[in-house]
Amino acid sequence: MKIKNAEFSSGLSAGLPICLGYLSVAFVFGIFAVESGLTPPEAILVSMFNLTSAGQFAAVPIIASLGPLTELILSQAVINMRYALMSVSLSQKFDSKINIFDRLLFAFCNTDEIFAVATSKKGTAGRSFMLGLIVLPYVGWTLGTVAGATAGNILPDQVISALGCAIYAMFIAIVLPEAKKSAPVRICVLISAILSCIFYFLPFLKGLSDGMRIIIVSVAVSIICAVIAPLKNDDKTEVCEVDK
Amino acid sequence: MDFYVFLKYLAVMSLVTYLIRLIPMLLIKKQIKNKFIKSFLYYIPFSVLTVMTVPAVFYSTSSVISAVAAFAVAVALTFCGKKLVTVAVFSCIAVFAVETLMQFLA
Repeated sequence: MKIKNAEFSSGLSAGLPICLGYLSVAFVFGIFAVESGLTPPEAILVSMFNLTSAGQFAAVPIIASLGPLTELILSQAVINMRYALMSVSLSQKFDSKINIFDRLLFAFCNTDEIFAVATSKKGTAGRSFMLGLIVLPYVGWTLGTVAGATAGNILPDQVISALGCAIYAMFIAIVLPEAKKSAPVRICVLISAILSCIFYFLPFLKGLSDGMRIIIVSVAVSIICAVIAPLKNDDKTEVCEVDK
Repeated sequence: MDFYVFLKYLAVMSLVTYLIRLIPMLLIKKQIKNKFIKSFLYYIPFSVLTVMTVPAVFYSTSSVISAVAAFAVAVALTFCGKKLVTVAVFSCIAVFAVETLMQFLA
């Protein structure tokens, strides 16, 4: 298996901000898991085998209280269903050399952030780029959990607080440049933000989990945008440039 | 808790999460030609990221004020064409600076 160094390091550097964000989120998860009754090794195993923040936060209380397995399955299915959507989208972004073993690995690492960076990359995403991209976030997610589970109260609160915004700053840096260039993307972002707030703050709707809110709003908004502003065939921003 | 019982929970949880991510990636390998689906998939990342960011970004630090500072710095630096890492690091610094300042003023 050949790895192109330039592609790999461009993946690495794209993964660095994700890693910083994961360190902080996983750190908080580590503290939370141990406080909920898991041992540090158990908390670390959960992180290493799942790589899903919202899902893990929902699962820990169920595991710690030895709740019903059906509840565990349902909660994971609902919260993580958005990944099915993202896997379809990411799958379209891969170049033709990506084989089934790559897919087995990249599917495991398909988080919101890795998906976002990979799909917003220009052109297609190859094996080397993807490998570079997933390394640091995985290490960050694991080490963050190790640190939180074993030494939760060493870092000063201010540092944890500051790290908390890293992921969102990165999202802004991904979305805004495209929104600046394209009016349909601007509309997409604007409607998404408004609907998200409505779902977040309105009574009844705010009972929905984050995972459900993300699925409902993004599917609705993307359908609307796809209907009112479909991509032109010669559009350079098209998802599938590879078949031309 | 018995470690073997924990492993059973871990296995179930990990399997569900993995299959959700894996099955679509294995089943849908060919490039989709349908214009509507292509357009839909083009918009999905922007919409998902926006929904995850707003309003959560404003609650991502220990005070809404420092979070607003982080948001402002991120938007400003992005408009200046800065890279992802730069934007993320300076937003964190902004939070740290604002919260340190707030402690002095408090």
